[in-house]
Amino acid sequence: MTVRNTPNGFHLNDAGRRVVVDPVTRIEGHMRCEVNIDEDNIIRNAISSGTMWRGLEVILKGRDPRDAWAFVQRICGVCTGTHALTSVRAVEDALNIKIPENANSIRNIMQLSLQAHDHLVHFYHLHALDWVNPVNALKADPNATSALQQQISPSHPKSSPGYFRDTQNRLKKFVESGQLGPFKNGYWTNPAYLLPPEADLLAVTHYLEALDFQKDIMKIRTVFGGKDPHPNWLVGGVPCAINIDGIGAVGAINMERLNLVSSIIDRTITFIDQVYIPDLLAIAQFYKGWMYGGGLSGTSLLAYGDIPDKANDYSASNLLMPRGAIINGDLTKVHEVDLTDPEQIKEFVPHSWYSYPDEAIGLHPWDGITEPNYKIGPNTKGDRTHIKELDEAAKYSWIKAPRWRGHAMEVGPLARYVVGYAQGNKEITEQINFVLKTLDVPVSALFSTLGRTAARGLEAQWAAGKMRYFMDKMIANIKAGDLATANVERWDPETWPSSVKGVGFTEAPRGALGHWLKIEDSKIANYQCVVPTTWNGSPRDQQGNIGAFEAALMNTKVERPEEPVEILRTLHSFDPCLACSTHVISPDGTELTSVKVR
Amino acid sequence: MIETFYDVMRRQGITRRSFLKFCSLTAASLGLSPAFAPKIAHAMETKPRIPVLWLHGLECTCCSESFIRSGHPLAKDVILSMLSLDYDDTIMAAAGHNAEAIVTEIVEKYKGNYILAVEGNPPLAEDGMYCIIGGKPFVEQLKYAAESCKAIISWGSCASWGCVQAAKPNPTRATPVHKVPGLADKPIIKVPGCPPIAEVMTAVVAYLLTFDKLPTLDKQGRPQMFYSQRIHDKCYRRPHFDAGQFVEHWDDEAARQGQCLYKMGCKGPTTYNACSTVKWNEGTSFPIQSGHGCIGCSEDGFWDKGSFYQRLTDINQFGIEANADAVGGTAAAVVGAGVAVHAGLTALHRAKQPGDKQPGAEQ
Repeated sequence: MTVRNTPNGFHLNDAGRRVVVDPVTRIEGHMRCEVNIDEDNIIRNAISSGTMWRGLEVILKGRDPRDAWAFVQRICGVCTGTHALTSVRAVEDALNIKIPENANSIRNIMQLSLQAHDHLVHFYHLHALDWVNPVNALKADPNATSALQQQISPSHPKSSPGYFRDTQNRLKKFVESGQLGPFKNGYWTNPAYLLPPEADLLAVTHYLEALDFQKDIMKIRTVFGGKDPHPNWLVGGVPCAINIDGIGAVGAINMERLNLVSSIIDRTITFIDQVYIPDLLAIAQFYKGWMYGGGLSGTSLLAYGDIPDKANDYSASNLLMPRGAIINGDLTKVHEVDLTDPEQIKEFVPHSWYSYPDEAIGLHPWDGITEPNYKIGPNTKGDRTHIKELDEAAKYSWIKAPRWRGHAMEVGPLARYVVGYAQGNKEITEQINFVLKTLDVPVSALFSTLGRTAARGLEAQWAAGKMRYFMDKMIANIKAGDLATANVERWDPETWPSSVKGVGFTEAPRGALGHWLKIEDSKIANYQCVVPTTWNGSPRDQQGNIGAFEAALMNTKVERPEEPVEILRTLHSFDPCLACSTHVISPDGTELTSVKVR
Repeated sequence: MIETFYDVMRRQGITRRSFLKFCSLTAASLGLSPAFAPKIAHAMETKPRIPVLWLHGLECTCCSESFIRSGHPLAKDVILSMLSLDYDDTIMAAAGHNAEAIVTEIVEKYKGNYILAVEGNPPLAEDGMYCIIGGKPFVEQLKYAAESCKAIISWGSCASWGCVQAAKPNPTRATPVHKVPGLADKPIIKVPGCPPIAEVMTAVVAYLLTFDKLPTLDKQGRPQMFYSQRIHDKCYRRPHFDAGQFVEHWDDEAARQGQCLYKMGCKGPTTYNACSTVKWNEGTSFPIQSGHGCIGCSEDGFWDKGSFYQRLTDINQFGIEANADAVGGTAAAVVGAGVAVHAGLTALHRAKQPGDKQPGAEQ
């Protein structure tokens, strides 16, 4: 038995029964979670383990930096595009390439469409089943659902009793078939589900409605990037040319294309306003007594910022998404964040399946080294290929532990919204105050699983509105005669210095994302990504600080340990993305001879 | 009780008369006598949805994301009415033991009668522990689920070829499904692309259910209905290629006019996929239409074939065509000659007039 206080304020006790969740589903990629619960079923120890590793940064070494976006885009197909955007920004930073205003607007619209889409899909298709019980929806009176719909969102046209009855009938047939598909083996009798049947039916109906609608949002990216998932990007701008009324306009971004984008933006705004936000608030109303999952959100938050208003200015004042760090729970002071400062961001590996020459120290991404080192601890139950219980005193995850000035940090929509709130950002403050007032809860309610889920919805709403802003801005720019979408002055590698380094950043849907690269003799000499789930899903560090997932699970009561819906609820509130978080670099040219091939 | 394929068609507004006609056509296309039509109709009216185990290895989930963007049929209808998607860790409600139990249940209950869909691939290095599911190597789960399945669908370039994690030096020894040692010998349908087109994915599923057989596969195991022709063959910018009209720089006048992207590195001439015909996201666009060359994402090893912006230098191995680099040559005279040769050869097939060409048009 180990009892320990972590430097970041958590009391760990592994005396109780160990509960293992593997695979954690409804996430991107693969992760495992283990907790110890005491005799009252309260979580007293939590372990988050990334269970996949692909080695993309090794693969990037020696490649053409102009190609890097395509490789790193494949880090994640859910937050598709955000890695690509981060990559082209990193290369442009290294080579001092300035992009045209239209390219900035198009990139922002693409990034904002991702925020809107990803948050919507997360809420309905990855997270909803933690709060919504589709089987219970069969008991609903469609008239009651219709009344609820008209009460929470009177403008949404699909609100008749017949509409909800149709969905219910379809669901009924589905359940009666005995083939429950994705709903099979859910925890449908668990008392942790609190919605009345009519609200469950409402949410299930919108699960399907949102599934139909979400595909349209991404057509915006198909217009500009040719396909989605994984649209095309370009160092120096965007690949799509603008031609409004010249010869061959039909083959470029023309009036018809702009109209298509514009119409999708309008429909996205409407859907989020009329369906997503009302549903979020209605569901939250029933769960506002469930205030678990705060974790690091009340103390340690980090945002890099994103969505540059003017092109090529990445200073905090020009970024429409907030940037800054909050530590020690002090919301009166937002610290400046500098991704190039070797003292700020460092990654540690004592509990990660990598080795450093000296694992007591952390390394800045530009100077990092990584060698995979899959080694389980002596107290692991099972063996190296059949793990029953992890030994968290040793290495236990494919995720590294990044720290900001030594602090484990939470990133993501809640981090951005709290940083924005602390900075007095008008739009964010208004949105947050509206939610707090509607739900009649204090500001402290933000620091919870539910707060994280609410911030994501508000951000989707904000992002949809900002797409309209950049669309209007681009039209005005075109009207003023500027059609440029790419700067090719430094396209040719012969124009590049022999040795440069750069950093690019975005706010991915899941949080702060940074790529650091070095270019030598026109080739990638080093590429390093520190991604949102590396922050949130990080294991312990050398000081014993636990990461954001682990912290958020602490002290939560689990109604039925064999049906840990509460664990899923809190983990999902971060929208984990494991393919993103597990990676490696090899900056010194080391061949990966340590990889054992058997 | 069970919503069958027939119910789905009826619900989608198809009349019984059309349904029966559809069954007759199906019988005919399968080479059966018209007497089989009622049997097909009966099967479609009564058979339960086929269980699917959709496993995820090393991947980025772009295939699942693409799948949910399908416009016809809608992903909703595929999931609720065509298949029984019993295991898919991206969307399933169950987690942990409850999730793992589903794999065992389906394997035992539906021996030989479920489809195994694989997104991603298993890493074989480090005893498979670069991808761990339930404390064990993913490759174990894959082999177990493959043992009793009816057929395997290899979604996307990861499962089909290896894709990005298998790019050099392939640090995890990521291995495409058909090359996994000891994997049960089952029919494998490769649906490559990074990701594959949504409607191609759902069409492959619908084909399996509608015709109750595997689609015709090419020598590499891909459905020939979508992968038998190059993007270049059906590209709407092809006339600009034939005419020697090329984009030379991003955002130049030729780019704004939608001319050929061959010189910008377009891999359309060597890529077999349906992008230029089916297009993406319900026909909204495809990479070339939106100004970027094809990067060849449905081809084996496309990550290791040079930069995406490097011009193809030798594409004459594909049958009737001249070495297309002759067309793309920078000297106007070369371009002119190249076009003449090229046009002469293609004329055999398309009855085009060489005189229509404008040698040196790019000057």
